[in-house]
Amino acid sequence: MILKISWRNVWRNKLRSGVVMTSIALGIWAGLAVMGLSVGLNDQRIDSSIKNTLSHIQIHHPEFLSDNNVAFYIENSKDISEFIAQSNTVAGFTNRMKINGMVASSAGGYGVNISGIQPESEKTVTELYTKIIDGKYFQDIKRNPVVISQRLAKKLKVKIRSKIVLTFQNDNGDIVAGAFRIAGIYKTVSSRYDDVNVFVDIEDVQKLLGGLGKIHEIAILLTNMDAVNPFKEELRGNYPDLTIRSWDEISPELGYANELMGTAILIFIGIIMLALAFGIINTMLMAVLERKRELGMLMSVGMNRLKVFTMIVVETIFLALMGGPLGLAFGYFTIQYFGTNGIDLSIVGEGMESFGVGMIVYTSMEAAKYAEVGIMVIITAILSSIYPAYKALKLNPAEAVRAI
Amino acid sequence: MSIIKTQDLTKIYVDHTVEVHALNGVTLDVAEREFTAVVGPSGSGKTTFLNIVGGLDNPSSGTVSIGDTDITDLKDNELIDFRLNNIGFVFQAYNLIPVLTAKENVEFIMLMQKKSKKERDSRVEELLVAVGLGDQMNKKPREMSGGQQQRVAVARALASKPKFVLADEPTANLDSKTAINLLEIMANLNKEEGITFIFSTHDQKVIDRARRIVTLEDGKIVSDVEQNV
Ligand SMILES: Nc1ncnc2c1ncn2[C@@H]1O[C@H](COP(=O)(O)OP(=O)(O)OP(=O)(O)O)[C@@H](O)[C@H]1O
Ligand SMILES: [Mg+2]
Repeated sequence: MILKISWRNVWRNKLRSGVVMTSIALGIWAGLAVMGLSVGLNDQRIDSSIKNTLSHIQIHHPEFLSDNNVAFYIENSKDISEFIAQSNTVAGFTNRMKINGMVASSAGGYGVNISGIQPESEKTVTELYTKIIDGKYFQDIKRNPVVISQRLAKKLKVKIRSKIVLTFQNDNGDIVAGAFRIAGIYKTVSSRYDDVNVFVDIEDVQKLLGGLGKIHEIAILLTNMDAVNPFKEELRGNYPDLTIRSWDEISPELGYANELMGTAILIFIGIIMLALAFGIINTMLMAVLERKRELGMLMSVGMNRLKVFTMIVVETIFLALMGGPLGLAFGYFTIQYFGTNGIDLSIVGEGMESFGVGMIVYTSMEAAKYAEVGIMVIITAILSSIYPAYKALKLNPAEAVRAI
Repeated sequence: MSIIKTQDLTKIYVDHTVEVHALNGVTLDVAEREFTAVVGPSGSGKTTFLNIVGGLDNPSSGTVSIGDTDITDLKDNELIDFRLNNIGFVFQAYNLIPVLTAKENVEFIMLMQKKSKKERDSRVEELLVAVGLGDQMNKKPREMSGGQQQRVAVARALASKPKFVLADEPTANLDSKTAINLLEIMANLNKEEGITFIFSTHDQKVIDRARRIVTLEDGKIVSDVEQNV
């Protein structure tokens, strides 16, 4: 019967209940939309970082990372390659040489990271080959092909088939230089990345450094994220002398950004819940004051305080239960819609590119988060109904009925 | 046998440092099956007296015994249960829960007493028929006239099988014809079912139907007479 009364009380002042339900729905919707956008942004950022540069796991000589001296090669790289090749969680892997050097044309010279890559196996790990906007990916140039970015090509005032010179130190610290011809020009979403990355065939650098088969880096892409840590541990067990890192260790700032985003979301949700709480407290308090005489009558005729309290709390829960799913549904459809169609952020495009994501952001959200937001709203509703319910049970029946 | 005994009741309200002596030593016995009106000028203490007898308010001094229970000794939640099971209330207005039908309003009391569905159904019907609303059971309060609402309130007050019914100006919001009609129903229930009623009123036509008239003035009983109706 308490349930019945509470339920019918919800419909007693339709406008007021409608406002509360709408604000609950809007609160949830806004919370979900913001979460979906940030999670989408973040996923995309991580995904694009992994596909463009990081891959899932990288292997180096331990000192190469601190010193970056070209002399720190991965020994027994053949053995490792065989081990990696036979794992079925591996989607692809590739060997690289990584050298800091200079690129120069008649128009000028710039410091760059030179990556010596295996053009074919690189395709299985990163998406460089899909980013070629002019020329071809290591094709049509017989000797010393190089792939550079559009930004760099502009700065160097060069085009396809132009000649550029790469300069770097060899194992002994001597300067070596090689002439390369531009086979392809690429463009990624990250201008910062484009400014400093130059790709050549690993064999061409190995020749310049006088050591065929020598490599600095093995990059591995796995079939899924969950396989990263187990496979990393397996590699570490087998090759204790090498530094083996997963993407989040290679680029901890990605992880920090993740945490930061999490905190920002939390604060935002907190603000929404606070607004919601005040709205509910205000509304239910009004309802209680409006029904003062009725509540006084109920207490006079023998309704105990627990029942009075429950009646108010249950009424609020009903409101939340009706507004909640509405907001969850709207939130779900919003996230689904922009998850497939994307949100065009090209208005702020320049900024987004240096942030490392594309112009179109696809919202995304785990199912569990919906439940989390839903539960949070219900809890907020219950907590905010406590004060009005407490006010109701503190009514003095003698005074309340005198008002009759 | 007396069911209500008040002993030297006083009630002092403090209204901004000013003391208001609403009751000044009221001693009264009410026996079973009485049909008693408490009358007196406005501010004479009628509501204060009925509220204290009904356990809604505490006296400043004195005691109220209902049956064998001194209700001035009861704790707050004991008092709520005591009211539920022993006293029926009819107020001047706002007696009913607006979102419930007549039937549900009456049944509600019995639900709080945890009575069985069978017992509830038969008693609710019986009571609503007794107050002449057998055909209005599923109406909400706002679909009924003021007089009909007060009749539902009387049925509701009887639902718990209380020892007596307290009614503070139950007819004040009714026109005199409807008021007399309500009084007739109460008088019949008193005569036929033996239910004890104590009610306050200003209305001379209502006073005329009471069998005992207790008159208060300045918080004191100034007369206590019986009359034949
Ligand atoms: N809460 C209160 N605080 C202060 N004084 C009060 C309070 N309630 C009642 N009084 C005073 O107590 C006295 C008795 O009031 P009470 O309501 O019992 O009279 P009444 O006989 O019921 O009057 P009426 O016929 O107008 O209903 C009045 O002087 C009133 O002003
Ligand atoms: Mg009064």
